[in-house]
Amino acid sequence: MTEVAHSGPDPLALLPEIFLLAGAITALLTGSFLARQRQWITRVIAVVALVASAAAAAAALGAPEASVYEGSYTVDAATGGARLIVAVSALLVILLGRDELKGTDRESEHHVLVLLASLGAVVLAGTSDLLVLGVAFLLASVPLYALIGMNRTRGGAEAALKTYLLGALLGIALLLGVTITYGLAGTTDYAGLASGMATAPGAAVAVGLLGIIAGLMFKAGAVPGHFWVPDAAQGAGTASAAFATTVPKVGGFIAAYRLLDAVHGTVNWPLLIAVLAALTMTLGNLAAYTQDDPRRLLGWSTVSQAGYLLMPVAVAGSVPLALPALLVYLAGYAVSNLAAFAVTAAYPDRRTLAGFQGLGSARPWHAGALVVSLLSLVGTPPTAVFLGKLTVFTAAWDGGFWWLTVIAALNTTVSLFYYLRWIAPVFRAAGPDTPGAGDFSPRPWAARTAVGAAFLILVIGLAAGLAWAALAGAPHS
Amino acid sequence: MLSLIIVLPLAAAAVLAGLPRLKDSAARTVFAATAGVETALAVGLWAGYRDPGPGGLAYEERLRWIPNVGSSYHLGVDGLSLPLLVLTTVIFLACAVYDWKSRDRVRARSALFLFLETTCLGLFAAQDLILFFLFFDLSIVAMYFVIAGWGHGDRARSAMKFFLYTFLGSLALLVGFIGLYLGADPHTFDIPELAAANAFRGNPAGGFVLAAILLGLAVKTPTVPFHTWLPPAHTDAPATGSAVLAGILLKMGTYGFVRIAMPLLPDAWRAWSPAILTVGILSVLYGALVALAQSDLKRMIAYTSVNHMGYILIALGAAGAATGAGSTIRATAVTGAVTQMVSHGLITGALFLLAGVLQDRAKTYDMGAFGGLATPAPKFAGFFAVAAFASLGLPAFSGFIAEFQIFAGSIGAVPLTAIALPGIVITAALFLRALQRIFTGPVKGRAEGFTDLRPAEMLSAGSLLVLSAVVGVFPAPLLAAITPAADAIVSLVRR
Repeated sequence: MTEVAHSGPDPLALLPEIFLLAGAITALLTGSFLARQRQWITRVIAVVALVASAAAAAAALGAPEASVYEGSYTVDAATGGARLIVAVSALLVILLGRDELKGTDRESEHHVLVLLASLGAVVLAGTSDLLVLGVAFLLASVPLYALIGMNRTRGGAEAALKTYLLGALLGIALLLGVTITYGLAGTTDYAGLASGMATAPGAAVAVGLLGIIAGLMFKAGAVPGHFWVPDAAQGAGTASAAFATTVPKVGGFIAAYRLLDAVHGTVNWPLLIAVLAALTMTLGNLAAYTQDDPRRLLGWSTVSQAGYLLMPVAVAGSVPLALPALLVYLAGYAVSNLAAFAVTAAYPDRRTLAGFQGLGSARPWHAGALVVSLLSLVGTPPTAVFLGKLTVFTAAWDGGFWWLTVIAALNTTVSLFYYLRWIAPVFRAAGPDTPGAGDFSPRPWAARTAVGAAFLILVIGLAAGLAWAALAGAPHS
Repeated sequence: MLSLIIVLPLAAAAVLAGLPRLKDSAARTVFAATAGVETALAVGLWAGYRDPGPGGLAYEERLRWIPNVGSSYHLGVDGLSLPLLVLTTVIFLACAVYDWKSRDRVRARSALFLFLETTCLGLFAAQDLILFFLFFDLSIVAMYFVIAGWGHGDRARSAMKFFLYTFLGSLALLVGFIGLYLGADPHTFDIPELAAANAFRGNPAGGFVLAAILLGLAVKTPTVPFHTWLPPAHTDAPATGSAVLAGILLKMGTYGFVRIAMPLLPDAWRAWSPAILTVGILSVLYGALVALAQSDLKRMIAYTSVNHMGYILIALGAAGAATGAGSTIRATAVTGAVTQMVSHGLITGALFLLAGVLQDRAKTYDMGAFGGLATPAPKFAGFFAVAAFASLGLPAFSGFIAEFQIFAGSIGAVPLTAIALPGIVITAALFLRALQRIFTGPVKGRAEGFTDLRPAEMLSAGSLLVLSAVVGVFPAPLLAAITPAADAIVSLVRR
């Protein structure tokens, strides 16, 4: 979208985004002409586009920071991280949804929408201009409504409606916020926001920022924009649910980080974000506690994870560790959440926690993948989210929010309750009253994705530190 | 060398986990052989150990891990960690021997115990806070599965309680570690660097950081009032699980005090020492009194652990107390504390293995269900009596050496700690009473038809008791390793 709106010096700077867009268009056109049983071709197109996008993003990592298209888009570590996380996540979504969608009449549409929503999330993360932010919000949201409602069940329809209403409301808030901020600052370019707003009345600045943040919290699945998340996780198709609880977050959090970093020192937004973080993690954890449907449990768990993800956003611009912490946590969270969803996708008929009784002895690898992903969501070393938790806790404390670190640590303990409620039955022998009675016949692709993602969790947990040092240059020996 | 010792059990566990068709006999051979090799390696480690001097480390290894937050894969051994490393390998070897006849999912159990061994060894060798935390958390995860998978009674609930309490403790620990990291300049998680920097000198924030670390370690140790997870976890864990839990995992807490809390936050430790002493004295007296009131043998042993860990806390608190004698007396207390860690591991490990025999034969730990057991099971009675006498601190056993030094040092530094002395008398009383109820008098209840100890049970529990006696009669080599390190700790705390 953006690359047509502006003429820029270096179109290749947006190569990862171009791959996503090209993939979406190709898949859309191809899908329209294909017979239903040959729609797998669109899956191949999507996979190729995502792999190409990830490869281009990886190749661009470590390059010097650049502002392209007249400052409306920034290519830096945050954008690079977003591109990579989004592409790999979308790839995992397509793999875990392969069995669910193969041969259905909505297969090609699903892939097109995944690619478009991924593009929206990346643009959301990379933009440094309020107008592009508005466009990216729509690009990331509209495909999402369709994805959630696509399998046409009652739950899916309700979830889609809820998502749509909340998205429309908070989208308007975002656009209103953009308008007010533009009016106050006289520019939509992030680089000029802080100086432009220096003389503006604080209350007006706060209203403008609040509107934008409210919109981004919808994407991030954080308070106050979180109501759609558990319904989408439970009601949508498994692949769509996995996508909706993972990829939009990447865009939402990095966009919030970038904007708040740019308006550093205007109003006291760090405290607001810190309070939102505390509310989000507490609410998500308490609500997840009583859930019996694994996917609804995961939905509320992603709300609580959004709370931890807000911690580095609260200290944006004041702590050097904030941005790496956000990226590390996002990467770890994305892989962990998708691994857990992949397990539910492998056993789609088991919709209660008790249904997983006996998985440990029947399918030890899948049980292992589930345990690794859930322990990662808890934040046990050496998993990916542990590294994320370590860095976001440190960043928040370093920025002065030590109380938030303590609340987050307490919340982590609470979260252990419900993750264990799922782990415990897995290693119990299946009883005669177990739904599905211990006969575990998995959907193969989803199961393989789960195991692969679980390995990725451990690899990120053990090696991400070294990769990070290689990219950023180590301050310590 | 250190990495090899740590990774070998993990590799063996991976092999066991990856071979689903392995026979039970092969799996238990792998477990026992690995545990044996580990013990040999650890003994070799000790044989080649030369005191590296204050603040120095033997067998040091350091690799880049998460350099951007100043965390590295940093291993090293000194007089504090070396005895615990050897203790760990010995306890696991005893467990491998003890479970030789077990038929309950041998492959998975062996893999789990080998994994657990890696976490324990890694923790005692770690010289980096994040690495320490990694092994600390993984040991909790592994022990959760041991209790939930092979326990008895209300095992799911006990395992959950264990996990939640100790995990909460570990998060408090993590918060404290982050505080240490942010306090140091340049920021680092490296333990020797932090000890050298002493970043919280004269900084009141050190008190809060120490509070978080103390909370985390106190839950793990456990001390009153954070001990409530321990009795159910012990009661419902399998015998070998209890032996590892009491023998090794509890030491992670007390080891954390001497490795992290004391040398890294000396000002705060001195300021907090009255509170630490109070908690230690309370743990000693409360643990002993509650143990006296138990009718369940395993719960009784569990509460004596609270009592025995209290002695360690008293010694370490006394070493930091502001008043009283010079550094030699304090070093005696710290040496006693570390000796007590080893001694308690050996003796309580043996006690829990022997208590497991009751569950195995009679499916109960209730002391009232037995009587005159010495008649049908004389060997069992003999072994248990030896273990009980060792545990109550009889001379010629390691417990005496440890407690004598603890009290000599503590009372020398803080005379008030003498009020904990009745703890020893109460422990003596409760063990004698337990012996009397179970083993003496006419044969009755579940004691009828009780089969005596099998060779594997005698070998495992017996070797732990022999080691305890060796330390008790000939403590010089152990003390020679510990004393320089204890001196170094005391000089770090008094700086």
